[in-house]
Amino acid sequence: MSDLTRRQKKTLFRILAAAVLLGAAALLPLPGVWKALAYAVPYLVIGYDVLGSAARNIGRGQVFDEKFLMALATLGAFAIGEYPEAAAVMLFYQIGELFESIAVGRSRKSIAALMDIRPDSATVLREGGECSVEPEEVAPGETIVIRPGERIPLDGIVLEGAGSVDTAALTGESMPVDVFEGDRVISGSINLTGLLKVRTESAYAESTVARILELVENSAEKKAKVESFITRFARWYTPVVVTGALLLALVPPLFVGSWGDWIERALIFLVVSCPCALVVSVPLSFFGGIGGASRQGILIKGANDLETLSKVETVCFDKTGTLTEGRFAVEAVHPREISPEELLEIAAAAESYSSHPVAQSILQAFEGEIDKSRIAGVEELAGRGLRAEVDGETYYVGNAGLMAQIGAEFHDCHLLGTIIHVAHGSEYLGHIVINDRLKEDAADAIRALKALGVARTVMLSGDKAAVAENVASRLGIDRCLPELLPAQKVEQVEALLAEGGKLAYVGDGINDAPVLTRADVGIAMGALGSDAAIESADVVLMDDRPSRLPLAVKIARKTMRIVRENIAFALGVKLIILLLGALGIANMWFAVFGDVGVLVLAILNAMRAMRAAE
Amino acid sequence: MKKVFKLEDLDCANCAAKMENAIGKLPGVQSVTVSFLTRKMSLEAEDERFDEVLQAAVRCIAKVEPDCRVILK
Repeated sequence: MSDLTRRQKKTLFRILAAAVLLGAAALLPLPGVWKALAYAVPYLVIGYDVLGSAARNIGRGQVFDEKFLMALATLGAFAIGEYPEAAAVMLFYQIGELFESIAVGRSRKSIAALMDIRPDSATVLREGGECSVEPEEVAPGETIVIRPGERIPLDGIVLEGAGSVDTAALTGESMPVDVFEGDRVISGSINLTGLLKVRTESAYAESTVARILELVENSAEKKAKVESFITRFARWYTPVVVTGALLLALVPPLFVGSWGDWIERALIFLVVSCPCALVVSVPLSFFGGIGGASRQGILIKGANDLETLSKVETVCFDKTGTLTEGRFAVEAVHPREISPEELLEIAAAAESYSSHPVAQSILQAFEGEIDKSRIAGVEELAGRGLRAEVDGETYYVGNAGLMAQIGAEFHDCHLLGTIIHVAHGSEYLGHIVINDRLKEDAADAIRALKALGVARTVMLSGDKAAVAENVASRLGIDRCLPELLPAQKVEQVEALLAEGGKLAYVGDGINDAPVLTRADVGIAMGALGSDAAIESADVVLMDDRPSRLPLAVKIARKTMRIVRENIAFALGVKLIILLLGALGIANMWFAVFGDVGVLVLAILNAMRAMRAAE
Repeated sequence: MKKVFKLEDLDCANCAAKMENAIGKLPGVQSVTVSFLTRKMSLEAEDERFDEVLQAAVRCIAKVEPDCRVILK
């Protein structure tokens, strides 16, 4: 109760007062005119403002205004002697309005809370001292200080200090991330422990947090097809129903008489003439769905994108960085005679001077320290590998070509990937398999998409056919299109688009912007801090977990289901009441339910969209 | 030029739709959205006529919902 606005409290008080007065009027055994007066009191208590704005609206020619129509309907009911109905319709109308106002206020607030990532101030180091300024006033390249518990105001690089950072408000990932000197921190996340000194990279307007906020706030502008349909429909609905009411009140009585009866039926039309339930609940559902998704680190740029996402039949993935980590890692160590650890140690020692990604992955897998004094000399053998003197012995580390050259009896591996062979002189010691590792949840994500009924999954890759097909088959992807240049990816996506069905393309958003814009819905993944991705995609997954994708589809579908339910329910009930009203079966009480009851239920249903992610 | 304005006390969803429809028909308006949920109007109009268009839009809004105020920054 305490969070109601003054206006809402006042309405609530009037509703209670009118309800009591209405009850009293019903209990008092009053004759004729006195009865009308007794009902007029609650009617005026609850309806004076509606009558007032109705009067003003006639002056301005706004005859299809809901307040005007409500006033007309209730005054009409009074005129034909239906006093309790008149007062009750007005009372329920106000209850519905109050409920709408509270519900919409709640959703506004909870979405604002979801998006409560705006930093209030930044502590910047200037002229040797700290001063607190607005984030907008900090220039790129300045040093800011972030204390534990504070929100990081701007994107930047950690200069000094270490700590763990909570990115949950941005990514939906509740596990804090540890950051050290040289790491990038993202505005909008919260520094949990440790004091951080950060050199800012961009101005506030270009920071991640500012972009996200702008994106979410603007999402209401991009309307879904179904939303525009409702707006168009609403424009026609009221005039048509009001005309229907007019005809009903005037035409049949000319033939069959009984004016009062037909006027009552016409008033029923007026009571259900507002398309409010549709006009409020449809955008509210989208608003809720988009808001709920953003809490999960899924930014959907507009209601139209959410609508498309819910209908996706084909999902295309980029391979590297999307389904795979985009980093090389040792997948298997297959030694001959010696232990895997020994093989890895020899390879690591030989590669210890190299900065090649393959060498780095071997060193990482070895985990220990290499005493560089053990290595007497390393000779790079271009395109083949290298020869290294370790502990006074000669080792060869490299590809099959190198092994053939030195005459070692090597054999290929059954695993696919980059194979690094190791030989001691010409004696073969075994090999190490290096691969771009699949993301942990990639296979689950594909399975989940199929379970959701996505018809086909396609992987596009610039990689060699054998490597790409291996990845695709391990993940259960339907179709693999390997060895594509960036321009060819666009061509392939166009060909797939021509086959029909809505198509989503998932990429890292950095070098596949053209494909992202070409797809029906472009999804950029791992976009935290990447401006290009946020620009070009329709849906932005803030972290790089593919499993967010089925979640996004689920949220989109649930939101669309809620939208359709509301449309069917609101239209269905109103049409039934119009029909029954015209036939004289429905009465005023039915009509009130058709207006207020439907509005309340549709709003309650719409508010479920916000929790669609759970 | 495109600008976003806050609409205070915009209390009726159908009114928002009516405003959007009415403003959209004004001469000089390139695009307009009135969002009941975010209580914002985003108006796009030709640069040189923007102020004139904005004034007309404000009048439109007042006609549909007299209580609603446009916050002009």
